[in-house]
Amino acid sequence: MIPAQFDYVEATSVADAIRLLAEHGDEAKLLAGGHSLIPLMKLRLVTPATLIDVTHIKELSYIKEDGNNIVIGALTRHRDVEQSELVKKHLPLVAHVAGEVGDPQVRNRGTIGGSLVHGDPAADLPAAALATGATMVIAGQNGERRIAAQDFFVDFLETAVQPGEILIAIEFPKHTNAGWAYEKFVRRAMDYAIVGVALQLGTKPGVALVNMSNKPHLAESASQAIAKGAAIGDVLAVINDNTNPPEDLNATVEYRQHLARVLTQRAFATASK
Amino acid sequence: MTIRTSITVNSKETSREVEARTLLVHYLREELSLTGTHVGCDTSNCGACTVLLDGEAVKSCTVLAAQVHDCNITTIEGAAQADGSFSSVQEGFRQEHGLQCGYCTPGMIMASTALLAENPNPSEEEIRHALEGNLCRCTGYEMIVNAVRWAAEHPSFTSGGAK
Repeated sequence: MIPAQFDYVEATSVADAIRLLAEHGDEAKLLAGGHSLIPLMKLRLVTPATLIDVTHIKELSYIKEDGNNIVIGALTRHRDVEQSELVKKHLPLVAHVAGEVGDPQVRNRGTIGGSLVHGDPAADLPAAALATGATMVIAGQNGERRIAAQDFFVDFLETAVQPGEILIAIEFPKHTNAGWAYEKFVRRAMDYAIVGVALQLGTKPGVALVNMSNKPHLAESASQAIAKGAAIGDVLAVINDNTNPPEDLNATVEYRQHLARVLTQRAFATASK
Repeated sequence: MTIRTSITVNSKETSREVEARTLLVHYLREELSLTGTHVGCDTSNCGACTVLLDGEAVKSCTVLAAQVHDCNITTIEGAAQADGSFSSVQEGFRQEHGLQCGYCTPGMIMASTALLAENPNPSEEEIRHALEGNLCRCTGYEMIVNAVRWAAEHPSFTSGGAK
């Protein structure tokens, strides 16, 4: 399979990318690791007129400590997030989830920003961003703006990033020495989750569900219950609130809701160890 | 739209005028006639097209040739040692019969080579985890894992010349 024809331009900096986005308009797409975009282009589900390659913008590939936050550049590869000592220490959930994306070859190319802006409800990293209470930093012609993860995911494959904008960084509040777990139910190692649960305990707890809605899903009632110190039974009673799981060959709606309860229970058992 | 892309492949500099949409695997197979890199699923699942990009395993069906301009690529044709003898990984697949039909083998060998460069003495579990992006429909993986273990146990293997 070969993508449809497109024009290719390379951006050398964030400012350059924003300028190229303005120049090429709505028909342009940013290309980072390409592991979500290129498969869609090969299937011709996406046919951008222009690809703006941001792969080589070095200034967007970093992991740094900033007060109570760990800030990760949007072009940081999954592999680098997975192996970072800083992320492992302060955001073990995020490091672990980065290591659950696809397979080693995918993690060598795929970027954290690319995965988040793709906004796939079945992807791993959006759930980790929601559970940890991350903030997205978006740049455009009018400067930078910040938006909470739970407002960032708008609909199926749709985020708050507007035409002409680029996600440049993700700010994660530190969750040092706090319990966490990621439960991913799959049939084969490199598959997308049939259902997944990302759980962050500690002072700012959160629980997010994978593949349980039309967008990456923060389980708000359950997160609030955990914050109030509710018993596990009370959390499980509300874990499926406001979910809208898909029905497909792998699972019915009822089975996905059952999995969400089972996996949340397992996540609690793991996180509380 | 065509673009000029220059890529070092198996230590040789190459440069071609190609369509922007040219995938790395097609650049290797069709422009350079390096057909050892196979197209399997063509959807970044199976790993048959795995090559090394600056030493790291990637799936060449999901990378544009334009994206690796000025980078170093190693394919199965570049896996052998300078004197032409098999690498430890290649010999491991021969010794332990780590293949049947051979379709997945180039990708398996490149992914295993990347693993051993990073972790010279992997456990069985680490091998299985590192090869989770490579599918084999013949062997059941058992002999592939043995092949990688053989390579780990014989890091300085040489046959002393071309086979």
